[in-house]
Amino acid sequence: MGRVVVDVMPKPEILDPQGKAVASALPRLGFTGFTGVRQGRRFELTVDGPVTDEVLATVREAAVTLLSNPVIEDVVRVAEVAEAAEPLDEGTPA
Amino acid sequence: MSHVAAPPPSPTRSATDARIGVVTFPGTLDDRDAARAVRLAGAKPVSLWHADADLHGVDAVVLPGGFSYGDYLRAGAISRFAAVMESVVDAARGGMPVLGICNGFQILAEAHLLPGAMIKNDHRTFICREQRLRVENVDTAWTHEFRPGDEITVPLKNQDGQFVADERTLDELEGEGRVVFRYVGWNPNGSRRDIAGITNAAGNVVGLMPHPEHAVEPGFGPDGPQGPRTGTDGLRVFTSALNTLLHP
Repeated sequence: MGRVVVDVMPKPEILDPQGKAVASALPRLGFTGFTGVRQGRRFELTVDGPVTDEVLATVREAAVTLLSNPVIEDVVRVAEVAEAAEPLDEGTPA
Repeated sequence: MSHVAAPPPSPTRSATDARIGVVTFPGTLDDRDAARAVRLAGAKPVSLWHADADLHGVDAVVLPGGFSYGDYLRAGAISRFAAVMESVVDAARGGMPVLGICNGFQILAEAHLLPGAMIKNDHRTFICREQRLRVENVDTAWTHEFRPGDEITVPLKNQDGQFVADERTLDELEGEGRVVFRYVGWNPNGSRRDIAGITNAAGNVVGLMPHPEHAVEPGFGPDGPQGPRTGTDGLRVFTSALNTLLHP
């Protein structure tokens, strides 16, 4: 099974209200030293077979047609990945 | 697409012959209020269904407010690909009057019938208030009955209401007089240049975030000069469309 990841971020010139909310919550919880937060989205698309160039081309098209709105967002990554995203071992609350 | 825009109205046509469609998507909330506004304006409301590409011979279309598909992905992003939208886009390009209210405006933007996009309100919270607006373009299919500079009050309720577009697009909208409604007194969501509603170049497609369909009947609208709940400023949006259809 093949897997393609698509990352979408708000355009730099667009105010990111969600990122701003996270940025203001961080110091309240003692996580200081961060000058900004931008919040984007990650999509994982899976296919039955291998990830061919054709699959990647289709994903790129879907990324700019449905997964993102080019008026407000940029597709910053379309790439094959081996595994689904997994939680980090370190830093997970006990 | 086999659908064609509405036939030209005949000279003998009466108000009640004018059919204005109201589309229901999964998660639409204000379809009944929109249909009621159409009826109170004197036209016949026709229910349209998102999965049905047939516009059932309507003369105009309203995309009402709500949270279609739960605003998943982006507000309006999934509804834009509904079967009915292909027909709405075709009809709009053919000159049919189309109005998008709130989520309907978001859908029109996602469908590229109107420029720009709506993002989360700058204050990041849902807002519900009686909002003052200035009508700046009275040449659209939906604003004929206003006078330039009229100030109206209609309810506003949204979470993703912040209108954004790049500077070039904003300059173009201003330069071509395509800003139809502008927030007055207070900008409730951080929209660029206080823009509450816009139109396409032809003036048949209008989108706005506030809700004219909630200000159409005394007793159920915002506070007005005659007292609490008496505001009916929104009705003129729908009577404008009716007049556009009767006297094209």
